[in-house]
Amino acid sequence: MTKIIEPDKQTNIFRRPSSEYGIWSWLTTVDHKKIGIMYGYAAFFFLLIGGLEALVLRIQLAQPDNNFLSAAEYNAMFTMHGTTMVFLAIMPISAAFFNYLLPLQIGARDVAFPRLNALSFWIWVFGGLFLYSTFVFGTAGAPEGGYLAEEVGWLGNAPNGGWFGYQPNAGFKYSPGTAMDYWAIGLQILGISSLVSAFNFIVTILNMRTQGMRLMRMPVFTWMTFAVAFLLAFSLPIIAIALFYVTFDRQFGTTFFLTEGGGDPVLWQHLFWLFGHPEVYILILPAFGIVSEILPTFSRKPLFGYPAIVFAGFGIAFIGFGVWAHHMFASAISPVAQAGFGISTMIIAVPTGVKIFNWLGTIWGGKLNLKTPMLFALGFIGMFVIGGLSGVTHSVVPADTQQTDTYYIVAHFHYVLFGGAMFGIFAGLYYWFPKVWGKMYNETLGQIHFWTMLIGFNLTFGPMHWLGLQGQVRRTWVYAEETNLGFWNLIVSIGAFIIALSILIFMANWMYSKRKGEKAPFDPWDARTIEWTIPSPTPVWNFSKAPHVKALDDFWHAKYDEDEEGRAVRRDTADDLLLQLEEEGLNPEEEIELPNPSYYPFILSSGLPFLGYAVIYKSIPLALIGVVLILAGSFGWATEPLEEGFRSRKEEE
Amino acid sequence: MNKKRFFKYKNLSLLILLFLTACIENAPMDSLSPAGPYARQIDDLFWLTFWIAVGVFFIVQGALIFSVFYFRDMPGKPEPKQIHGNNILELTWTIIPILILAAIAVPTVRTIFDLAREPEGALKIEVIGHQWWFEYKYPDYGITTANVLVIPADTPVRLEMWSNDVLHNYWVPKLNGKRYLVPGQKTYLNLQADSPDEFWAQCGEYCGLSHSKMRGRVLSLNQKDFENWVNNQKLNANKDLAEGSLAEEGQQVYLNAGCTQCHVINGVWDVQGDRIAPNLTHFANRNVFAGAALKNNKENLTKWLANPAEIKPGTFMPNLELTEKEIEALIAYLGTLK
Repeated sequence: MTKIIEPDKQTNIFRRPSSEYGIWSWLTTVDHKKIGIMYGYAAFFFLLIGGLEALVLRIQLAQPDNNFLSAAEYNAMFTMHGTTMVFLAIMPISAAFFNYLLPLQIGARDVAFPRLNALSFWIWVFGGLFLYSTFVFGTAGAPEGGYLAEEVGWLGNAPNGGWFGYQPNAGFKYSPGTAMDYWAIGLQILGISSLVSAFNFIVTILNMRTQGMRLMRMPVFTWMTFAVAFLLAFSLPIIAIALFYVTFDRQFGTTFFLTEGGGDPVLWQHLFWLFGHPEVYILILPAFGIVSEILPTFSRKPLFGYPAIVFAGFGIAFIGFGVWAHHMFASAISPVAQAGFGISTMIIAVPTGVKIFNWLGTIWGGKLNLKTPMLFALGFIGMFVIGGLSGVTHSVVPADTQQTDTYYIVAHFHYVLFGGAMFGIFAGLYYWFPKVWGKMYNETLGQIHFWTMLIGFNLTFGPMHWLGLQGQVRRTWVYAEETNLGFWNLIVSIGAFIIALSILIFMANWMYSKRKGEKAPFDPWDARTIEWTIPSPTPVWNFSKAPHVKALDDFWHAKYDEDEEGRAVRRDTADDLLLQLEEEGLNPEEEIELPNPSYYPFILSSGLPFLGYAVIYKSIPLALIGVVLILAGSFGWATEPLEEGFRSRKEEE
Repeated sequence: MNKKRFFKYKNLSLLILLFLTACIENAPMDSLSPAGPYARQIDDLFWLTFWIAVGVFFIVQGALIFSVFYFRDMPGKPEPKQIHGNNILELTWTIIPILILAAIAVPTVRTIFDLAREPEGALKIEVIGHQWWFEYKYPDYGITTANVLVIPADTPVRLEMWSNDVLHNYWVPKLNGKRYLVPGQKTYLNLQADSPDEFWAQCGEYCGLSHSKMRGRVLSLNQKDFENWVNNQKLNANKDLAEGSLAEEGQQVYLNAGCTQCHVINGVWDVQGDRIAPNLTHFANRNVFAGAALKNNKENLTKWLANPAEIKPGTFMPNLELTEKEIEALIAYLGTLK
């Protein structure tokens, strides 16, 4: 259907890529939808790996004094589980949603900088592969002077200092070998990716909104993307600098975090959590956005208190920079700091509470259509509230000194990041499935997935609350039988396998429905926002005609009016409108300019892992390869003509 | 329909029942069974917050479950009213949480400062964290010991703590919350036990390979027993053992096999090497060893001395390739260190 007008001659390092199908079309694409889909699949792949790591951990902990894993393997597994889930699963799945949906929700053809978008994706991929190459090339072992009874197997040759990498334990003296370098440099690379996309999204939201899409008419998901982009932009530089300190300490003999050299390990804690706490909101705000889209649609009511929800989101993002030391209440901080950060942590509960009550206000008095996306959104509220309430108990500093570093914390943040973020993400995956694939998912399997996941989730993370309060310390490879923690640990491990089963059901549904699902109409949910005005699956050019937005929930208002009582009444013109949209969506009147595919984002990003290896192995040739790739990518990028060979729509035959 | 609902409620009540009976009996690391004033102060604060949280939990989950049942789509249900918000309601559910949190904040801040204050007449003990064991020093008495912290019951104890290597986190759940041990910096923690008892301790912060096995015991004794303990601890070990006895042979192993590189036994070998290992002068008095990961008995000692890294991966104690006979002698010797 679309055709590329070939450029006449080679004007750059490579000819302009022209594949529309096959691997080259994916490697060179700058289409936000394709990038979003790639983010989604790659992140889901890492989610499965992170999940497998969790299962391995749970087998080890299923009974006291177990020896399924060695200490080295266990420590590597929990470090990689945390790192993977945060940086390689939840963040990029959110990025998949941002990429696919953001331009659609604001009525744009693409993001502001399509090639940068591809760049951030490929940097992320190479960062993830670099980090995971530790299993092949990395080495880990006992601290200097320590002894091991057995060799560290391949499973143990991974970063083992925790996803938080506390210094000096994660420094060269106590974590020799290269594994922690893979961690530090891997995160550094992943951070570049997030920074690039953060600026891209900020510019996109500020500049690419369609006619009439004022800020206060933007869907809440777009708002939350906006908030997350700012969080990324302000928090990632902190971790970038801290990771440079770590790499310098490990590689070049500096002593930023070594007491012997005048450094301070508590500095690392501050730097890490100054990034790490906003990071928590980076993980959860996209889910807030998704749920805020789904609840009104399936309640057939507008979002209750839209401005409050938007401002609460920004309130959370802002205050999120002022609570970091609540991760360190037991650390070397003064009682004044404890009191201050305790209170700021309590304050952040207020906007969070506003959101929850407004969501309840949204479904209250509605007409709830309990389809799978809605079930997950409702499950999100229920589970997130539990995580929020246990969060308030952490703000009570003395109580937190009992809870910190125990399974109570593990329970808390899994209720927030799994019960919260992941449930929200699953809600979104089902909700937008028809828009992305043009097929309906299987509702029965979806409901089974929801219930098995809800049960498995609570069985896994519920008992961790009392396990923690009754003495199970985190990150422990074994626990003594006399602690009497064995029974509930077994229950927890069983729960983990039920979650695994629910994921398998989800995958089966996805693969089956994508091929054999019923054909999806373009507005299957009677939805409210403009991404539902275009065909399913979304055509390459998104909107045939730039939409003109007149209100918040513009599409809904085009379909529905209110009677004197305030009840929704379908307009007479609604059916005609839908027919017209269906007609128009596939047949744009004018020629549409779309961004050109490009090799250079891929080439540029492929240089970064080489630089990483060069630092670890102090190798000039590797550094040269990296530099050449990056320079070639940048040069080709900069000299790539923008005008030539634009993609236009032409009827074939 | 009713039958379906009944099952839902039955499940719910089962879940609540499960939760109420969930607490683990006889957990030695139970932070919910305080055995001293500091832990009790924390416990009171926790339950205050807990019950408020339970209240909010039932309100929110109740509203959620009610909505799902009552507002779900059924045939013939009219379109809902399009309510966009309600300023008064929204203000209410902003202000009420603020008030609740303020009510929690006041006792929280007071308790923070209470717990940080140095208690009057407290016994001062230094706690030094090592990978992976805790060392204790009593500056008033000149005592150095490890793994088992002995304190007088019903008397406040002030711990002055630091780490010799990485971050550690000292935790005796029944006596107080946690506090980090930081290299190059001192931190403080108060302990007090109501009565003579034995408590479990553990390192909370991930501190490397054998973090799981960095455990401890706290023994609280009545005043008289404590004084006896102190007086005994001040004594040196007896160097002149019966000629030809197994223990004497063990002492020779201790002196010659390399143990003295790191371990000190007062009166027998007083030179501390570069790498600090537990002081063994009164080893036989301690009911646990190896970072309190093992009970002090012959079987465990045999396993440990045969290959320490087997039990504590990453340990700094090498496998000295001792023969079975040497191990037996060494254990006999260690048994005399009362």
